Amino acid sequence: MSYQWNWGVFLTPAAAGDGSTYLGWMLSGLQVTVALSLSAWVMALALGSLIGVLRTVPNRWLSAIAAGYVELFRNIPLLVQLFIWYFVLPELLPVKLGTWFKQDLDPVTQQFLSAMVCLGFFTSARVCEQVRSGINALPQGQKNAGLALGFTLPQTYRHVLLPMAFRLVVPPLTSEFLNIFKNSAVCSTIGLLELAAQGRQLVDYTAQPYESFIAVTVFYLLINVVVMSLMRVVENRTRVPGYLGGK
Amino acid sequence: MISIDKVSKHYGSFQVLTDCTTQVRKGEVIVVCGPSGSGKSTLIKCVNGLEPFQSGTITVDGISVGDPKTNLSRLRSRVGMVFQHFELFPHMSITDNLTIAQVKVLGRSKEEATDKGLRLLDRVGLKAHAHKFPGQLSGGQQQRVAIARALAMDPICMLFDEPTSALDPEMINEVLDVMVELAQEGMTMMCVTHEMGFARKVASRVIFMDQGRIVEDNATDAFFGAPRSERARQFLAKILSH
Repeated sequence: MSYQWNWGVFLTPAAAGDGSTYLGWMLSGLQVTVALSLSAWVMALALGSLIGVLRTVPNRWLSAIAAGYVELFRNIPLLVQLFIWYFVLPELLPVKLGTWFKQDLDPVTQQFLSAMVCLGFFTSARVCEQVRSGINALPQGQKNAGLALGFTLPQTYRHVLLPMAFRLVVPPLTSEFLNIFKNSAVCSTIGLLELAAQGRQLVDYTAQPYESFIAVTVFYLLINVVVMSLMRVVENRTRVPGYLGGK
Repeated sequence: MISIDKVSKHYGSFQVLTDCTTQVRKGEVIVVCGPSGSGKSTLIKCVNGLEPFQSGTITVDGISVGDPKTNLSRLRSRVGMVFQHFELFPHMSITDNLTIAQVKVLGRSKEEATDKGLRLLDRVGLKAHAHKFPGQLSGGQQQRVAIARALAMDPICMLFDEPTSALDPEMINEVLDVMVELAQEGMTMMCVTHEMGFARKVASRVIFMDQGRIVEDNATDAFFGAPRSERARQFLAKILSH
């Protein structure tokens, strides 16, 4: 194989003439990936927790609605959901709102918003299931103990159930947090220039596919190492003494 | 204080409670016993509305538990309850376990609640453990904390749902001692328990349940001396033979 390795490619000025190096492209892609994933994660965590709680409340209608929500967002492929949010939904919006989205917003913002909402909803359905399983894993007596002390149901969730439920599901939530970064690569399909898209663009411009994709891989690995260490800190900080391996 | 009148409950077609009627007057200590599955735990959970029931009425201090208009949270905050598995909140220190409901439900200040909580903790002999977490205490210690937690709300009566069933034999007495002391101070108590020694010592009446019915509701001496029902006789013969 006569492949010409050239690691210096990252420091050469980009051919697009925007004054940036190819490494600059990579870093801007990394930035988009991180911003997109973090904002979608905040959305997923908030929505997922809410729906997860609703799935466990003693109200048939609320839990049925929550169950429907989960099935909807969990059973449609992420790519299809992304296309619906980006290509289909703007057409279904009220005319004014649709026009604003399609004409007044700049294309990058359009892509970013669609991608964020898509990843946010998709991941929220998965977070929901984890929060629910965390709540259900607690002994029924905990809820009764909260209620028996005079807490209302929301207070019982707030002070008794959720603090323990979240501690139980830190490990699965960590893997969901990692997934959202990896899933964000799908958003290159609507033209969003995140990390994976920048990698591909680099190949088009430089014909150095190995270097490009090795760099992309390293960046994703870096992100995951950071996320895992962060979540390990969270897990240690919230560890309950005398419980679940705590001291 | 507690009045239970013709209470029935079923899960689907399974009848759990049938026509249960009894009263607990102020200052009385009532022991509820019976074989497992007889509905005694369910009955005591109905008293503070943790289990719904389909017919009959339960009133606590004149307030109807089954009435949808009743503010159940407020009523429960006045009725202390102790559970078989203690149910302390594992993520909170002992002090926080004792104070959180005082602060969040009764609106007491943090200082007042802590003061009260620690005094009660001292009373159950665990003052030195205030800063620990539930997982660091033994079962008997946890149950004593749970009793202190319920008492911190200044309850008008106390419900005990098999408070010693999950304990190692060595730890049963430390919990019973606290309960006996409480009874002798005049607390109104309804206790589901198999501790017949405790019943003999402090109970005003014993209620015997079988298959969801109150089979016998008798003064303590009469219950142990000459139970009226054949079923209670059999039960006593079995558990008192050793």
